[in-house]
Amino acid sequence: MVHPVIKLVAQRIALGLLLLLAASVLIFVGTQILPGDVAQSILGQSATPETLANLRQELGLNEPALTRYFSWLGGVLHGDLGNALTNGQPIAPALGKRLLNTLFLAACAAVIAVPLAIILGLVSVRYRNRWPDKLISAVTLATISVPEFLLGYIVIFFLAVQYRLLPSLSTVYDGMGFGDRLYAIGLPVIVLVLAVLGHMMRMTRAAILNVMQSAYIETAELKGLRPFAIIARHALPNAVAPVVNVVMINLAYLVVGVVVVEVVFVYPGMGQYLVDHVSKRDVPVVQACGLVFAGVYIGLNLIADLVSILANPRLRHPK
Amino acid sequence: MTRLPLAALIGLVFTGAYFAAALLAPWIAPYGMAEIVGDSWEPSSSQFWLGTDSIGRDLMSRMIWGGRTTIFIATCATLLSFGMGSILGFFAAVKGGWVDQVLSRLVDLMMSIPSLISALVVLSVMPVTIPVLILVMGILDSTRVFRLARAVAVDIAVMDYVEAARLRGEKQGWIIFREILPNALSPLVAEMGLRFIFAVLFISTLSFLGLGVQPPMADWGGIVKENKEGIVYGIPAALIPAFAIATLAISVNLVADWVLNRTSSLKGGRGA
Amino acid sequence: MPETLLDVRGLVIEATSYPPGEPPKDVTLVHGVSFTLEKGKVLGLIGESGAGKSTIGLSSMAYGRGGVRITGGEVWLNGRDILKGGAGGLRALRGKEVTYVAQSAAAAFNPAKPLMEQVIETTLARGMMGRAEAEARAVDLFRQLGLPNPETIGKRFPHQVSGGQLQRVMTAMALCPKPDLVIFDEPTTALDVTTQIDVLAAIKRAIHETGVGALYITHDLAVVAQVSDHIMVLRHGKTVEYGTCQQIIEAPQEDYTRALVSVRSIDHAEKNPDVAPVLSVQNVTARYKGTHFDVLKNVTVDLPPGQTLAIVGESGSGKSTLARVITGLLPAAQGRITFDGRDLSPDLSGRSRNDLRELQMIYQMADVAMNPRQTVETIIGRPLEFYFGLRGAEKRKRVQELLDQIEMGKGFADRYPAELSGGQKQRVCIARALAAKPKLIICDEVTSALDPLVADGILKLLLELQAQEGVAYLFITHDLATVRAIADRIAVMFKGKVQRYGPKSDVLAPPFDDYTDLLLSSVPEMKLGWLEQVLDHRKMEGAGN
Repeated sequence: MVHPVIKLVAQRIALGLLLLLAASVLIFVGTQILPGDVAQSILGQSATPETLANLRQELGLNEPALTRYFSWLGGVLHGDLGNALTNGQPIAPALGKRLLNTLFLAACAAVIAVPLAIILGLVSVRYRNRWPDKLISAVTLATISVPEFLLGYIVIFFLAVQYRLLPSLSTVYDGMGFGDRLYAIGLPVIVLVLAVLGHMMRMTRAAILNVMQSAYIETAELKGLRPFAIIARHALPNAVAPVVNVVMINLAYLVVGVVVVEVVFVYPGMGQYLVDHVSKRDVPVVQACGLVFAGVYIGLNLIADLVSILANPRLRHPK
Repeated sequence: MTRLPLAALIGLVFTGAYFAAALLAPWIAPYGMAEIVGDSWEPSSSQFWLGTDSIGRDLMSRMIWGGRTTIFIATCATLLSFGMGSILGFFAAVKGGWVDQVLSRLVDLMMSIPSLISALVVLSVMPVTIPVLILVMGILDSTRVFRLARAVAVDIAVMDYVEAARLRGEKQGWIIFREILPNALSPLVAEMGLRFIFAVLFISTLSFLGLGVQPPMADWGGIVKENKEGIVYGIPAALIPAFAIATLAISVNLVADWVLNRTSSLKGGRGA
Repeated sequence: MPETLLDVRGLVIEATSYPPGEPPKDVTLVHGVSFTLEKGKVLGLIGESGAGKSTIGLSSMAYGRGGVRITGGEVWLNGRDILKGGAGGLRALRGKEVTYVAQSAAAAFNPAKPLMEQVIETTLARGMMGRAEAEARAVDLFRQLGLPNPETIGKRFPHQVSGGQLQRVMTAMALCPKPDLVIFDEPTTALDVTTQIDVLAAIKRAIHETGVGALYITHDLAVVAQVSDHIMVLRHGKTVEYGTCQQIIEAPQEDYTRALVSVRSIDHAEKNPDVAPVLSVQNVTARYKGTHFDVLKNVTVDLPPGQTLAIVGESGSGKSTLARVITGLLPAAQGRITFDGRDLSPDLSGRSRNDLRELQMIYQMADVAMNPRQTVETIIGRPLEFYFGLRGAEKRKRVQELLDQIEMGKGFADRYPAELSGGQKQRVCIARALAAKPKLIICDEVTSALDPLVADGILKLLLELQAQEGVAYLFITHDLATVRAIADRIAVMFKGKVQRYGPKSDVLAPPFDDYTDLLLSSVPEMKLGWLEQVLDHRKMEGAGN
């Protein structure tokens, strides 16, 4: 008999793949079948019937939508994301490089934000309803209430212009040293950390509080265990899954925040690439970027669910 | 009625002030929205309270007109997302069966792509006009309202008092509007505040990216975009909308919190 | 002279309450309670909810739940005042000298750890024994407590073990570090009655064999009478009566104690069964949607008008499902239901308004059976409006009449459910059912969430209303004492089948089938030595077979 956890994990992964496939349909539908015809929107007001017809021919718009979708999907599965309309170059290599830049930025932010959020969450729980908790709560409420791009300009104004600590533009190029790279992305990392810290800390706090208020923690206290033993042996094993869940959900959120932050700091990542090509109405690039973002987002949510499944004692040790 | 807590009072005053400024913009804005009245980036003075912007328009006036646009779009998008989301959510909860399945799976799918990315994808082919923006934001955000409304309604629908009403022979309409709705209202109203804040942030972000409200119309995100170069020269014009957005968001939050507490504690306590 | 284990003097306990919309205020939960407990003896703390019995129990570990704090008095354990011991002193004491058995063992065990780890945790943490020795002791205790597979049960996780077994494992966990005092906080309350007797016997034996002292907290005087040497009756945080077990049960001094002792001794004469039934359930079989398991199997029962049919069974017996089938919420797969001589549509949607009116229902949890956003007047008035078209002053007058009938009087019409006590809520639910002028009311465990005295009041009210209105009750309950008090005929259900059915005098008289015997004999009786009698009796029968 297959262990139920393996079955559940397999089901969840299959569901993730199905979701990704459905998301690709949604992205395709979003760009192809809406009232604005792609050729029309590329050419804009200057379109003449001939140029429109030519462009439609060139883009294969005369084929049925279903055929176009499958040829696009087939290309994607072979790593061919098509060519950009604006410069005719293949999208995959350009996107790959930018994806690495974006992941580097997001990873740096995550390395700082995740431990910081968990520590602040723990501090909040430890001093619940006392001033450290209230202070953390007030500050994070403020950072949540300001959109990323504004946080970006606030830190530029103070840290780059007033005190000149870090560069206001995150210029990176091939062959740049690791330290220089870190220096260059200092400000965007700060902004991303501030943007996700609030949510992550609040959700961590709620998750740990939920565990700390359960009856088995009272049992541990009535056993006369030391606070450290209570946390290490009884709270932690039960808090890991919800906290990892929180972290993953917020990392997914962070990946979206990257889009805006890259534009603010003119960082050559996927987000800036996407926004540029949305303005230029370069549909193949937008589709490719959308699909990659959706993939990362669905993947992180999938990991969060898998952790919950794997950490659940009821599933790990069935009756 | 118990007395108003201080936090809620502050929230109400600020929220009210922003909405009043938005409604009364034509009468209280000192200058026209696109009127060039001075040099670029003049500092604040008795003539221009907040100084002027990158091409010499009065920033105070731009902020008031911009607030009008931002709040108008956000309000419309919220109403749309709310109307759609809550009606469909209740419908799915009460109907159950395949109606519920189809709607819920569709919403799962829409939520599997981050809304900003979905919006960008759609806006790459749609003309960027205010009705399109409202429609896109409203539909994308209605997924969240749907989930909440459905969850709340499903919770209430299994309560014994709803069963008692069914056994009495009450019609669907009575059950939804007299038994379920009054008990679902407080979480939904609080959620409406959060959705509104989200809409303000969303439209500001889109405008900042150049994909929202188009110039010369003003909105808070757009004002940041127009004045961002000034930051490098130490001109804080772009930070003023930041302040406006943050205070609006916090005050709406405070009001929503208060609504949730008030309605859930007083008569709504399920056997407290 | 016997050695004193626990000496509590003038205990005062306070808590901060946070009424919505008002500033927080301090409330006193326990007002100067004193008692002593000798080594190896058992003191029963008894009272209704809000009596402060759990709070007092936990205070002997110097522990307060939530915002609860000990503000006055002394708690002497083994010759020292533990309230003056400081945090370190308390830690040394908790889990070693005093241990705790909670009401819900299912919640009190860490779901992520195997049972053995948790049972021997304190013993190891204090360095009292090595792992092998501790595990051997735990296995001994498991055996002593009558757990199946004592050698291997420790390897299981909490969710893999049944509720009754988990309660015994928790008792083993409390006894493992060889404490001087164990606090049992309603350890059998959440269990079915046939499981309760086993756990109770196991606990009693373990207490006896280990010679540990114990505080036994419960709301059920019949239970505490079986295990304790002394009993303290508490009400609203004050001592009502304190004496030996024998004196409290056999010669109570205070009115309140007398009421508790005589609870559920309502005398109800059985009515004549030879009348055409108002409700007749014939060969009904039912299953839940999407399952292939029959929760009801071929159920047949009759209920004469103006009489009470009690459906008795433990959890999982299908007794609540039967109510859902009769109301039409779960259409029967097979069989037929006739009501007042006519066939009832199996599905709710196929029934006429008159069918619905004549068949009303009252629920276990009055809290969630009333819309929290409607006033009492709206709640009771709706059926008047809906079935009889009553409006305005006429409706208000009738609502007040109904309120008078349920003995609540004036001043309640404008209240919301949250502003009523538990008993009042259930009365309003009764009034709502009565408003429809029904021929039959289905009562689903209507008294099991209530304190015994309040429950008694509700039962008396129901009997009076039956006499006045001639309404029939289908009374679903797990509590046999309630059945004795109210039923004219009884159906005992077990695993979806009717095990035994007939007039009360027949059903409750021997010869019994095995299950009915087990069920009837497991209900604690308000007399000393009952537990031993039952166990001896069962042993003899077991030997005889």
